[in-house]
Amino acid sequence: MEPRRDPRGALVRPYAVTRGRTEPLQNIALEAVLSCTPTQSAEARFAGHDKYRIALVCEGRAQSLAEIAAYTRMPLGVTRVLVADLVAEGLLTLHTAAPATGFQERMNLLGRVLSGLREL
Amino acid sequence: MDFANYDPAGASRSREIISAKIVIAGGFGVGKTTLVGAISEITPLTTEALMTAAGVGIDDPSKVPGKETTTVAMDFGRITMAQDLILYLFGTPGQTRFWFMWDEIIRGAVGAAVLVDTRRISDAFAPLDYFENRNLPYVVALNRFDGAPVYDLEEVRESLSISPDVPLVMCDARQRESVKQVLVTVVEHAMLRLQAEHDRGYPASVG
Ligand SMILES: Nc1nc2c(ncn2[C@@H]2O[C@H](COP(=O)(O)OP(=O)(O)OP(=O)(O)O)[C@@H](O)[C@H]2O)c(=O)[nH]1
Ligand SMILES: [Mg+2]
Repeated sequence: MEPRRDPRGALVRPYAVTRGRTEPLQNIALEAVLSCTPTQSAEARFAGHDKYRIALVCEGRAQSLAEIAAYTRMPLGVTRVLVADLVAEGLLTLHTAAPATGFQERMNLLGRVLSGLREL
Repeated sequence: MDFANYDPAGASRSREIISAKIVIAGGFGVGKTTLVGAISEITPLTTEALMTAAGVGIDDPSKVPGKETTTVAMDFGRITMAQDLILYLFGTPGQTRFWFMWDEIIRGAVGAAVLVDTRRISDAFAPLDYFENRNLPYVVALNRFDGAPVYDLEEVRESLSISPDVPLVMCDARQRESVKQVLVTVVEHAMLRLQAEHDRGYPASVG
């Protein structure tokens, strides 16, 4: 894709926090859940202001990528880059999104979601 | 630089948490945010995706008209079902020009509910076309607005050419019980589809 060659030219402020990087280290799903411990978030303090804010959102509780973006008021793409960095740095734990393969695994998950809904 | 096994805080010992996602789709103003808000444990949140010609994050720049930056907002809710299971409900952006974003939203979803406004039934053609061409289980939910004409479900099925194996239900997006029923229908349908694919020996895939 031609325009991706040098994204910085077209990019302005939002990506300043990622130093112009627009490609995350891994493509984290919108609903993928992240969390960190107080120890991790204390370390994240030294990772930069925006990463620290993300760690604080996730400290001791599971938050999806979408929730992190909403609470920090950062655009989704920027959030995804920073979150993927934090995961690579061991400062955030990425939990699994719904299994995409395996009949039994998928059926079990659907069954749990169904009973969860019925109990609401 | 390899941080893969770098584990300063015992992160890898933490319990696994699984999330699942159901998509609430439909045209402009059909009640998607209302439906999510009726059942979500949090007030629906909004996240914004920026789009430029350079392509940021989730978009495909080849599908963005012009070179200008656009912001697409999507809203979503959350239902924590257990300590290790969270269900997210994602609404699609209503404006049809943002449909390329739907691909990102539906990826990995359990299934979708396509909301139809009974006052503007024909607005549902485009969203239904979208799902007919995807491999995601979906149901159609008629959101009855006050003063809207009352249709027989089968009448609607016929006029929208909804396939007989797609569940069609009536709902009130403002009512928690009604929304719950819509979501139950989505998951039951997804289970039936998965079972049927399994029985036929087709590889099951999502999104
Ligand atoms: N009477 C009635 N009004 C509804 C119902 N559902 C939604 N509304 C109203 O319809 C309007 C639009 O609802 P939204 O939930 O914002 O619709 P939406 O699909 O999220 O809209 P966009 O995101 O702009 O596409 C709001 O004023 C709601 O209060 C319903 O079931 N009955
Ligand atoms: Mg809305």
